[in-house]
Formats: sequence, C-alpha cells, structure tokens
Amino acid sequence: MTATHGPGSMHGVGSMHGVRSMHGGNVAVVGAAETSGLGVLPEMSMVQLHAEAARYALADAGLSIGDIDGLATAGPLPMEVSDYLGITPRWVDGTMVGGCSFLLHVRHAAAAIAAGAATTVLITHGESGRSRVGMSRYAAMSTDTASGQFEVPYGALLPYATFTVPALRFLHERGMSRADLAEVVVAQREWAMGNPRAFRRKPITAEEVLNSSPPVAYPFTRDMCCVVTDGGGALVLTAADRAADLGSAGRAVYLLGSGEATEAPIMSQMADVGSFGAFRRSSAEAFATAGLSHSDIDHLMCYDAFAHLPLYMLEDLGFVGRGESGAFIASGATRPGGSLPMNTNGGGLSYTHTGMYGMFAMQEAIRQLRGEAAAQVSGVRTSFVQGVGMYFAASASLIFASQRP
Amino acid sequence: MAGGATPIPTPDTAPFWEAARAERLAIQRCRSCGRHYFYPRDFCPHCASGDVEWRDVSGSGRLISYVINYRPLPPHDPAEPQIIALVELDEGVRMLTNIVGSPAEPDRLPLDAPVSVEFEPRGDWKLPVFRLAGER
Repeated sequence: MTATHGPGSMHGVGSMHGVRSMHGGNVAVVGAAETSGLGVLPEMSMVQLHAEAARYALADAGLSIGDIDGLATAGPLPMEVSDYLGITPRWVDGTMVGGCSFLLHVRHAAAAIAAGAATTVLITHGESGRSRVGMSRYAAMSTDTASGQFEVPYGALLPYATFTVPALRFLHERGMSRADLAEVVVAQREWAMGNPRAFRRKPITAEEVLNSSPPVAYPFTRDMCCVVTDGGGALVLTAADRAADLGSAGRAVYLLGSGEATEAPIMSQMADVGSFGAFRRSSAEAFATAGLSHSDIDHLMCYDAFAHLPLYMLEDLGFVGRGESGAFIASGATRPGGSLPMNTNGGGLSYTHTGMYGMFAMQEAIRQLRGEAAAQVSGVRTSFVQGVGMYFAASASLIFASQRP
Repeated sequence: MAGGATPIPTPDTAPFWEAARAERLAIQRCRSCGRHYFYPRDFCPHCASGDVEWRDVSGSGRLISYVINYRPLPPHDPAEPQIIALVELDEGVRMLTNIVGSPAEPDRLPLDAPVSVEFEPRGDWKLPVFRLAGER
C-alpha cells in the first residue's frame, strides 16, 4: 500500500463494478434455479440437493464454477458445499438463523459485492427434509440450551407443536377465529392448483380445512401445516453492471431494499405474542432502503410454515391494519386476480417446504419478476419477500424488482 | 403419566432447577430497575445491571395461548394429547409450560384463565407445570 491509498480508496474498490450501495438495484440476481425434483427424493442426499441446484443456477446465469468467489449457505457449513462443488471462495457466509437464512445471505452478499469483498456469490439451499438422507436428526438436540431446558421438556420441539403456540392469542386479541387460518389455506391452494410442481394441488374448501383435515395441534389441522419435502434451490448474485454482460442479462432481478432482525431464541420470550417485532423492524428497513411504500409492491411472498404466519406478516409489514388480515385474505385479495397476489407458488402450505423454506419464497419472487412462473401474474415489477427464522426468532425482508430504478 | 425430555441445568440456570426440585418457583428480579425477567441470566436484560436476585414467586398467572398437540413425541404417551401453553406470571414474565388437570378441549381452556404452578417429576429434576383454577 502506498500513501495515496487514503480514505477514498474504498470508494475506488466499489466503483470498479460501478457499485456504491448494496441497494438501489446495484446488485442483481443473475442466476436462479431449484432442483429438478421436489417432494420425495430419497435418491439424493442433502449435499447433492445443494449441488444440483447450484449447478442449475450457474447454468441459468451462463457462468461456471470458476467464476464464483463467494459462497453462502445454512444447514451445512459453507465449506461442505464449496469444496463439494470445487469452489475456492474468498468470501463465505454461514449465517444460520433458521429458514430465512438465505434471505439474509442475499443481503450480506449484496453488501459484500458493494464493498468489493466478493464479485460473484453463490447461495445454496438443499434439504432432505422428508427422506432425511445425509441430514442430522432432531433427536440429537441437547437439553442444556435455552430451548432444551425451557421448551423441549414440555414437548415443544417440532415446529407444529411450538411455532403454532402463539396463534390462538393472535386470533383472540383481534376477535378472529380458526376460520381465518382456513382461508389462508384455501387462498394459497388456488395458486397451487395451477402449479404442476406443487405438492398439494387438490382443491379444498375452508369447511374441509377445518373439519375434514386431520387435527395436528389445535387450532391447526394438517392442511394448515406446511408440507414436508425434499428439495433445493440456489441463486447467483453479482454487480448489476456485470449482469448486463451475461447470458441472463434480460432476466436479471435487482435488489432494491433489505432488512434483517432477530428477537429471542425461544418463542416464549417474543416481546409481544400477538405481533412479531422482528417482522416490523426488518420490513420497515426494507421499505426505507428501497424508497418504496406498500402501494408500490406488485407481488408478495410470506414465508408460511403454518397458516398463522401470513396473518402476522400482512399486519406486521403494514399491508393491512391490525385485525384486518383475515378479512383481507377471505376477500380474495391475495388469490389469483386479487390486488395483492401472495404466495403464488402455493407457499409452504401447498408448494414445498424442505424445513428451511426461504430459498423457495425467493425463487418464486424471481420467477414472477422474470415472467416465468407456473401461475404467472401479469405485470409484476416489484416483489416483497418476507421470511421468518426458527419459531418467531428471526426475520428478513427483501424487495426485488425487474428493472433498475 | 406424561413423560418427556429431562432438562440439563447449566451454571446460570441451576438455581431455577434447584428451586423447582424443592417445589418452589424461583425467578430473577433486577434490584436496579425492579423488573423480573426470564430465562435466567447473571444480569438484567432490561437495564444490564448485575445487581440481580433470585426470588420465590407465588406461581400464579394466566393462560396466554396454547396448542393441543395430538402428535406428541415419545416418551410422551402418543395417545394422550398434550397441552403446550404460554403462561404469564403475575410478575410479568412469560414461560412455556404444560397445562395439567384440564381435558384437552378448547372449551375448557379459555384464554386469560387464572393458572397456578405445580411440579411434575422429570428424571432427577422437577418440571414446573400449570393448572387452571377450578380444575382438579
């Protein structure tokens, strides 16, 4: 280093790629893909699912392994994936906050690209959530952690018996009922019916969701709980200026805004049982950094491991007022033809849910922005992706667009 | 009788579990800001003061929310639905727990119902669980 490298040198690094901010559309998703199979894939291990999705995402971008200098993943350690693929990264991110980790990876990768710490980042997800091939097991959970001491001894370990516990309070505070949970399922099933890759595609009525679907954990029946599947997905990100030179240039999707937030590691300590502060904080930052408001959003993905989550999210993100989420969904606003198309792949409730669904929420947002979705909505220019991590422990929010502002 | 995983106390949580084994519910209170807090820590998460104390509390509170789990994990009896609940103690702290003594019927589990603590053997320890007032 010479004396000429003063305080301005970091700006010099950024301007190599024409990138100064991680937002404003300066960073683009240039490759996106899911595994060819989704659902029941006992012939593939977890890391194979990562690798297949990664190779498809690279092919989608028109890039090769040698072009990747950054890798992010959650579940396995980053080197388990990078070395398997033959990547020697100069930047890694193993942030693990649960199912929305991959949304945080997008945010972190964008910051790294803007800072010059990485040029082209691969983000991978793969999970043998149904077949459990090459996965660690819940039974290995220790009982000396906060969760292990204060949740697990009460039978609160698996998501359906833990993540669901706050729902009755949310409904009670608003004068809402189980019927509002059922309407979420019905609305999303309408999207899934148009999607051949969706795991649950059979038409269903609210009455069937409430009374015919087997009870799992009252107030939740089976159809109010996500599917349990195997699958994977991957994204490739780089500076938007570089995106123009790639084969996928006309299909690039740009990051306009982002936010992340965490709260307590155990659900009992969430600050307000009927509203999740981390949803409010990360979404507010995503809107602020994008310079957009709710009326600018054409398409919404709300991570729906269970039917209460889209209700929390619609209210905590501010798309509707307190207590209005159930009526909004029942009105058809989020269904095909509605004013705010939501979870248009069918969501975790009907499309797929490997355990950490966040990657699939982003994949559908990108397909909609590219005009390539199975149940394509016309004229999607902006998409808001809202994720949740663990059981009301973490949140991430991203705003993508089909054009640079 | 319901079974389940046995907690393994750590140095910061041991006073909670030692008290529970003696059938006392003990939680921490900050002498600086006067607030109770849970889960156990050596300092106050509200004001960061290290001037904190353990206090025995009455164990009365109210039912905040719950699920009736029809698919409990072993060693809990799979045929016996399990009520997994949030209760808020009179001191303002919230805990996850099980409701005992009530039938697994929503009509018998009104939110905001008063609850009181009791203790259930679990391995070498005892687990605080709660019962709705009037259920025996």
